[in-house]
Amino acid sequence: MRLINRKPGRAASAALVLLPFAAVALTYVIASDIRLAANPADKLLPAPSHILETAQRLFTEGDKRSGRILLWHDTLASLRRLAFGVGIASLSALVLGMAIGLLPYARRTFNSFIGVVSMVPPLAVLPILFIIFGLGETAKVALIVVGITPVMIRDLANRTLEIPHEMIVKAETLGASSLVIALRVVLPQILPRLISSIRLALGPAWLFLIAAEAIAAELGLGYRIFLVRRYLAMDVILTYVIWITLLAFVMDYALRLLSRRLFPWTGASL
Amino acid sequence: MSFVQVRNVFQTYGARPILERVNLDVDEGEFVSIVGASGCGKSTFLRLLLAQETPSRGAIRIDGNQPAEEPGRERGVVFQRYSVFPHMTVRENIVAGESFARPPGRFFGAARKAAQARADETLDRIGLSHVAGAYPATLSGGMQQRLAIGQALVARPRILLLDEPFGALDPGTRLHMHDFLMELRRQTGMTVFMVTHDLEEGFKLGDRVLVFDKTRWDPDYPDSYGATITYDFDARNNGIPFQTPTTPDLLEDPHVLSA
Repeated sequence: MRLINRKPGRAASAALVLLPFAAVALTYVIASDIRLAANPADKLLPAPSHILETAQRLFTEGDKRSGRILLWHDTLASLRRLAFGVGIASLSALVLGMAIGLLPYARRTFNSFIGVVSMVPPLAVLPILFIIFGLGETAKVALIVVGITPVMIRDLANRTLEIPHEMIVKAETLGASSLVIALRVVLPQILPRLISSIRLALGPAWLFLIAAEAIAAELGLGYRIFLVRRYLAMDVILTYVIWITLLAFVMDYALRLLSRRLFPWTGASL
Repeated sequence: MSFVQVRNVFQTYGARPILERVNLDVDEGEFVSIVGASGCGKSTFLRLLLAQETPSRGAIRIDGNQPAEEPGRERGVVFQRYSVFPHMTVRENIVAGESFARPPGRFFGAARKAAQARADETLDRIGLSHVAGAYPATLSGGMQQRLAIGQALVARPRILLLDEPFGALDPGTRLHMHDFLMELRRQTGMTVFMVTHDLEEGFKLGDRVLVFDKTRWDPDYPDSYGATITYDFDARNNGIPFQTPTTPDLLEDPHVLSA
């Protein structure tokens, strides 16, 4: 049988899914063991049990000075920035993307411009954002917006253009105005695409968030990681990294679920 | 004056002529089949009738109105694919035929209820009431086209344009769709233009069959001349002219013999 036609069974599938995770975990445990055997005070690769202890402390115990549980405050601050950034980016991408996809005038005006803007490396303009907006929340949200909006606009504009022209013409023959076509034909068909576009943009959004927090913040997941880096607190860093990964994964999963729930017509097809 | 009037229509894409000197008069209630080899301009002609394109020269008028600049409610259309809205249920697709012409594009409250009741009547008529709540993607190709035709007719167009409407259907379903279309036509007396590459279908359904072809041909520059209507067959009574009955009441219904 050809390799391309061989499929794993149910049990084998489950094992294969776990395999890379297990491999990484095992590699870490062995490496950590070797280092700790040589130097029990080693901070670079703390033992899994040590990370677990630290995680428990971070999630439940308050800060010695302020009494606040910093991890939750960090999470809240970061998620708020992320929500604002992704929200603003989604909304503007939806409006501009649909306009570019539907209106020849908007297409001529913005298409090349957005093509150029999307080539600007967002991290390179971060200093400008800090200078303009100060070191507060605005600059961080702005970096996320600047970073992901152009790509999202292009994506949604292309998705709008992909809607079969027959459908638009059909709506015209039913007497629909441009606005009705935008709201009743294009928007409902573009919303599921918006969700998949957001799912793709979440990765870069986290990147820009953590980059902005690393440079100037008083609270936030990225800020904490870069703060404790000075003390080589790998146990804290690893806890935060795993926590961020978990958050990102849950968001992605929730969006996928939401898309399936909200747009039942996208799934069923003969 | 005839109902649909095509006067000296030319269409060129860039330097390439597609159609030239097309003249046509169609009476209200006629079913016109349009056939021809691929690339002969029959689909272009349909797009011109639809006002999706405007002719480079000449004019097309319906009922003596000004030539249209863009598709509108005067013209209904059913394409081979993508003629229904995938994000609306079957019932909503029919309601859209009425509601799209109003500014918000949808009905509210009592108007909504009334429109849905009317839509259910339409669905009964086109035999889709049992799938009223389903999404088009779950329907078979024939049912989707039936829905598309029903939706187009709800908007009460002056002419109905069909662009190879049954081209993607299997032969059995196609025959059912022929019966369905003839039945609807008998009820509504609609003027229909249908582009098809199936000659048999064209002659079976049409009162007239128009053939598009090039009248001039330059072997060195095949693109230098456009196509026009080369034949205009009388296709009533299965396309056999000398059987045309003389009794006036039989002439009223051209389908007596073909039924």
